[in-house]
Amino acid sequence: MTATVDSAPELAAPRSPRRRPARRNNVELYAWLFMRLSGLALLVLVLGHLFIMNILDGGVHRINFAFVAGRWSSPFWQFWDLAMLWLAQLHGANGLRTVINDYARKDATRFWLKMLLYTATVLIVALGSFVIFTFSPDVGS
Amino acid sequence: MTATVETAPPAGSRGPVPPAPEGSTTVTVKIRRFNPEVDSEPRWDSFEVPALPTDRVLNLLHYVKWYLDGTLTFRRSCAHGICGSDAMRINGVNRLACKVLVKDLMSGGGKATTITVEPIKGLPVHKDLLVDMEPFFEAFRAVKPYLMTSGNEPTRERIQSQADRARFDDTTKCILCACCTTSCPVYWSEGSYFGPAAIVNAHRFIFDSRDEGAEERLDILNDVDGVWRCRTTFNCTDACPRGIQVTKAIQEVKRALLFRRV
Repeated sequence: MTATVDSAPELAAPRSPRRRPARRNNVELYAWLFMRLSGLALLVLVLGHLFIMNILDGGVHRINFAFVAGRWSSPFWQFWDLAMLWLAQLHGANGLRTVINDYARKDATRFWLKMLLYTATVLIVALGSFVIFTFSPDVGS
Repeated sequence: MTATVETAPPAGSRGPVPPAPEGSTTVTVKIRRFNPEVDSEPRWDSFEVPALPTDRVLNLLHYVKWYLDGTLTFRRSCAHGICGSDAMRINGVNRLACKVLVKDLMSGGGKATTITVEPIKGLPVHKDLLVDMEPFFEAFRAVKPYLMTSGNEPTRERIQSQADRARFDDTTKCILCACCTTSCPVYWSEGSYFGPAAIVNAHRFIFDSRDEGAEERLDILNDVDGVWRCRTTFNCTDACPRGIQVTKAIQEVKRALLFRRV
């Protein structure tokens, strides 16, 4: 009876990972950092915005076309609203990207949900920026 | 000789059911079963088991397997919390069956106790409580959990100060039971995430002063499936039977990546 020598159980060589080799890019790191920093900035921007719009000087009842036009005539408020738009939109989009990455089961679903997300993000950011930059107080008259 | 009608002990049984020990109470052990040869879906099976407060959940599973249903399948090797082979989901949380005492699961006020036991989540179930650990070990191997050095080996041992050794002491305690990884909601929904256990074992070498592979491992964990997937839900820290501060270890890897400092 010949003794068959069993080979060692199938083991991958330690230096040949089956995963894709790590790419040297920091996208995920910067995305993570951006979430923290934009979150902090949004705390100030959004709470300030809510305070001005809803509490100060009679709150929401005084808001009309003239009020908005008056605010956007100042570059400071233009910048405030622009920063809020961009940060909130990118912050939210990155959060949703994470949710999609976590929950989409199929690669195709994941791809199309992300495409939808990116399209919506670009559209909203572009439209918002366009309005802020080209707003003219004469448009109503 | 009086002929008594006895039901034959079930297959694989160790004999007739032994008398219930003094001081024991009957608890219901509800086990999530799956037999790939019969079932298309997992199902729940309940067993009435006499249990002492000092029994471990593993004893109850043994009782079921040895006297009630020999087809119950689960892993256990040392049965003393060292080998880490009997990780399972007990009453909804990941624990080692050999480290959970029945008295800690008893419902108070004289109410009947039910203990649910499920296989750990996020890994394919082979049968009953037995899961395929290969995806878990694949992630473990991917972080290169071994000493990497360059140059000539020292003639004697590699010297390390006590402070340097203490830096990664917590993560040396891992027994690869998969309690943490399979308690992670990110791992449940996205199996390509390395998972807490792999990061813990990367941490063990990244912060080892004798090791020179830190940069390589940090690059691996900087990837899309790496540490940035962690949502700090602390399920892993809660699940670890060795008391490793798993989430803290993951955060330390994140910090090392952020500041490129080990």
